[in-house]
Amino acid sequence: MLPDLRDDFPLLARKVRNGRSLVYLDSGATAQKPRAVLEAEDAFYREHNGAVARGAHILAEEATEAFESARADVAELIGAAADEVVWTSGATAAINLVANGMLQASLGAGGAEAERFRVGPGDRIVVTELEHHANLIPWQQLAARTGAELAWIPVDDAGGLRYDEVASVITPATRVVAFSHASNVTGAVTDVEAIVHRAREVGAITVLDGCQSVPHLPVNVAELGVDLMAFSGHKMLGPTGIGALWGRKDLLDALPPSQFGGSAIRVVTMETTTWLDAPQRFEPGTQPVAQAVGMAAAARYLMDLGMEDVARHEARIAQILREGAAEMPGVRLLGPIGDPGSIDVLGLAAVVVDGVHAHDVGQVLDDRGITVRVGHHCAQPLHRRLGVTGSTRASAHVYTTEDDAHAFIEALAAVREFFGVAA
Amino acid sequence: MSLESMYQQVIMDHAREGHGRGLVEIDLPHRGESHQVNTTCGDEVTLRVGVEGDTLARIAWEGQGCSISQASISVLSELLEGESLATADETFEAFRALMQSKGEHLDEEREDLLGDATAFVGVGKYPARIKCALLGWMALQDALIQARGASSAGAEGGTA
Repeated sequence: MLPDLRDDFPLLARKVRNGRSLVYLDSGATAQKPRAVLEAEDAFYREHNGAVARGAHILAEEATEAFESARADVAELIGAAADEVVWTSGATAAINLVANGMLQASLGAGGAEAERFRVGPGDRIVVTELEHHANLIPWQQLAARTGAELAWIPVDDAGGLRYDEVASVITPATRVVAFSHASNVTGAVTDVEAIVHRAREVGAITVLDGCQSVPHLPVNVAELGVDLMAFSGHKMLGPTGIGALWGRKDLLDALPPSQFGGSAIRVVTMETTTWLDAPQRFEPGTQPVAQAVGMAAAARYLMDLGMEDVARHEARIAQILREGAAEMPGVRLLGPIGDPGSIDVLGLAAVVVDGVHAHDVGQVLDDRGITVRVGHHCAQPLHRRLGVTGSTRASAHVYTTEDDAHAFIEALAAVREFFGVAA
Repeated sequence: MSLESMYQQVIMDHAREGHGRGLVEIDLPHRGESHQVNTTCGDEVTLRVGVEGDTLARIAWEGQGCSISQASISVLSELLEGESLATADETFEAFRALMQSKGEHLDEEREDLLGDATAFVGVGKYPARIKCALLGWMALQDALIQARGASSAGAEGGTA
């Protein structure tokens, strides 16, 4: 277990709603930031701000050094090499970078090297039914624009992925398989090996959405065996406006860019342009340098804690949240309870209180200083599949205490009382 | 502001009763229908109106959502069915002002107009919930625009 880290996070000291202590349980949406991150970003602006990879002055040198060492730190967190990490504005942008790169390839960009990215009629793009909209819509759009077919691995009535369908959905015509490492609704951690194994059999590229895993679990891209992975800064204790795409270097060097501008280029004439290799080919224009520095500080903070310990801590929180919710009459927990002591489920619980709309649940919790997410959590198809329009989600991070988790469960009982649905 | 002042008893009652609920056909020449969705939570309402002369003669709706959104639709149905279109417009403006009042009460004249709808005064303190309370009213406004369009078209047709 982790020590109590709340003092590292200034915002958690805030009083809300008539002086109540803040119980922050919305980390799945965005995490709070430790001093180390706030100070790293601040120090960059105060002391080192300059144009990266341009100019020969001392600030340009320092800013470039900060930017590139930040890349190395973030790469280290996921067991990757620095030149396999592309900065993006967030995970959404990272997934779009891949999908739009494939669209560019399908339009003829990238020459023979980009052949593996081309999709068209007769080809298949595979996702899962539990994807966050950010890992669904870009693929939907790619399919619509190229004539490829979008297919998905379904979920069962409990919200679990149907692994028995993996082999039949990932057909030999499949060119790319995009899936979440962990669901932001059910909290279930995906059996990556099961999907990667089949994808490799048919020669499909694998794209992992690591938004909910990288901040909470030990993630090593080499061990996972995927080809590309997107993750965001703000969910892993870093700033907003920054995220990353990791990819195998040979793939990144072959993927055509889809955003164009300065810095990403080798030679420009009035007629044509040639690109730099990855990662720079995907980073045109002035980059979010201070945010990259902040994200790196977050990566170091997490590595100092140790991701194994982070995962164990959150597994304990998950147990309180999920068992508490599952045992409460009139409350439905979305997804499996999870195996206590294991890390097969994230530290979150999305629940439906019978007879009470998620917005009303959230209002009662807010009145107690408990901040949760209400609604469909950007996963409408999954909610629809589970027969609900929305849910109330409590989600943890390194600073979440057992008391926070108990406060959520007690508040659920109060919700039922308040709306007169308690037995 | 306490939770009880936001979820006043009149709101809880309306959420339960759902006055005007049931999407019946409105057999009037001047009618309109609007479907509104609250994109933050997926709540939705389909609301139909029928206009006779200057009167908002019928309101029928079906929806699903939080207690604030459902109670608000119920209240407006009870409040405005059978009222003049001018009163409907004034009441809509008063309700919108109430939502923007950050929890402060309005003047007596407008509160009289709002009747049970004054119970939503607490919602104005929570910006995230104002959309919930306004969902049905937006549907009403949209449906009325259609009904009035049909009215003028009908009037033209009559004089031609």
